[in-house]
Amino acid sequence: MITVKFTSALKRFYPTLEPLEIEAANVEEVVQSVNDHFPGLKDYILDNQGALRKHVNIFVDGSMINDRKTLSDSLEEVKEVYIMQALSGG
Amino acid sequence: MKNTLLLGTRKGLVIYKNINDNWEYQNTHFVGIPVSIAAADSRTGTWWAMLDHGHWGVKLHRSNDQGENWEELEAPKYPDGFEIKEGLAASTRYLWAFGEGGKDHPNRIYIGTEPGGLFVSNDNGNNFELIESLWNHQSRKESWFGAGRDHPGIHSIIVDPRDSNHITVGASVAGVFESKDGGQSWTPQNKGLKAEYLPDPDVEVGHDPHILVASESHPDIFWQQNHCGIFKSENGGKEWQDVSQKENLAHFGFALVVDEKDPQKAWTVPCISDEVRVAIDQALCVCKTENGGKTWEVIRSGLPQKGCFDIVYRHALAKNNKYLAFGTTTGNVFISSDFGENWTVLTNYLSVIYSVAFV
Repeated sequence: MITVKFTSALKRFYPTLEPLEIEAANVEEVVQSVNDHFPGLKDYILDNQGALRKHVNIFVDGSMINDRKTLSDSLEEVKEVYIMQALSGG
Repeated sequence: MKNTLLLGTRKGLVIYKNINDNWEYQNTHFVGIPVSIAAADSRTGTWWAMLDHGHWGVKLHRSNDQGENWEELEAPKYPDGFEIKEGLAASTRYLWAFGEGGKDHPNRIYIGTEPGGLFVSNDNGNNFELIESLWNHQSRKESWFGAGRDHPGIHSIIVDPRDSNHITVGASVAGVFESKDGGQSWTPQNKGLKAEYLPDPDVEVGHDPHILVASESHPDIFWQQNHCGIFKSENGGKEWQDVSQKENLAHFGFALVVDEKDPQKAWTVPCISDEVRVAIDQALCVCKTENGGKTWEVIRSGLPQKGCFDIVYRHALAKNNKYLAFGTTTGNVFISSDFGENWTVLTNYLSVIYSVAFV
């Protein structure tokens, strides 16, 4: 099982958002599973073409994913996926 | 009477209400989130808020009870495989225009977007589809381009009150396009416009209408505040006439409104073009014409006349009978209750203002 954690910023739009325990072979499957639990959340993370939004990052056991376009990074032996936003201000 | 002001700002949707002829602050929705357009549908009373989260993309919200409750809907999406240019996938970057679909289709609404797609919903926003005939117009890939924003965008949508199949849109940078068959086919309507920034200013497509508006009472009379001046058409956009008057400052700007009854009365808020984008001489003014643009009057009463940087974006000037209101890039809102002759400050403390609407 993989634990999926989220930036607290997403709680504004999904107040019941909590870490999830899911089975997934790659990052794309994680996002799909997250969307099944919280309908519409995928659109906050990905753009229309399924690529990771510019100011969103996904970390897999502490390392940033490599494939931001199709989210094909494998999750073999991975324990934690963290979905976060980049910081910006003004 | 429309007694509510919706102000779409960089930090939320701000509401003012007219109470005994005083406009009073009510509340702010979506605090901290940029609101590119806030609008109300005159047919259904539905309020719409189009959001532009920096991180999370564009979002669409609808309220059926004047902002008491908001519901997030799926924002218009480009279909898989659609491209802005070769190799550049199309994704909704910005929600830039709201349009009502005509009295005979009360659940039809349009949304204009960057990178240039026009979307239609026939169920009051539950589902949207891209109008592919316009997206696939032969001119788009070769002659549309971004200015100010990275990619071209549709910012103006006019549906003829006499015939809801007659639709006209304004796109920057591309120009005016008309459909007479409910959006199945489109024709450029840019004759008489000047694209002075191009090698050939008389191109068919490549114009920059900052805003396109039609007279409510005379739907064949169109106005536009263009990058290259103020233009008017007496025949629904078939031919455009330059009605700028540079010596009276009526030339460059973004916003323009037309009187609801008299199609020859219009107001704009001019600023300096290109090299610096600030109020002319750092003094804010409104230009008004009562004769179809033959002459323009400069109005300064109540507006700051020194040290002023304010400019007014294309959707940030609105009119409702005797009232006019505009919001500026520095977060000031000015209001007039005498057809724009005299102005007072409504607030100095908002963020950048993107849209102003009386509802």
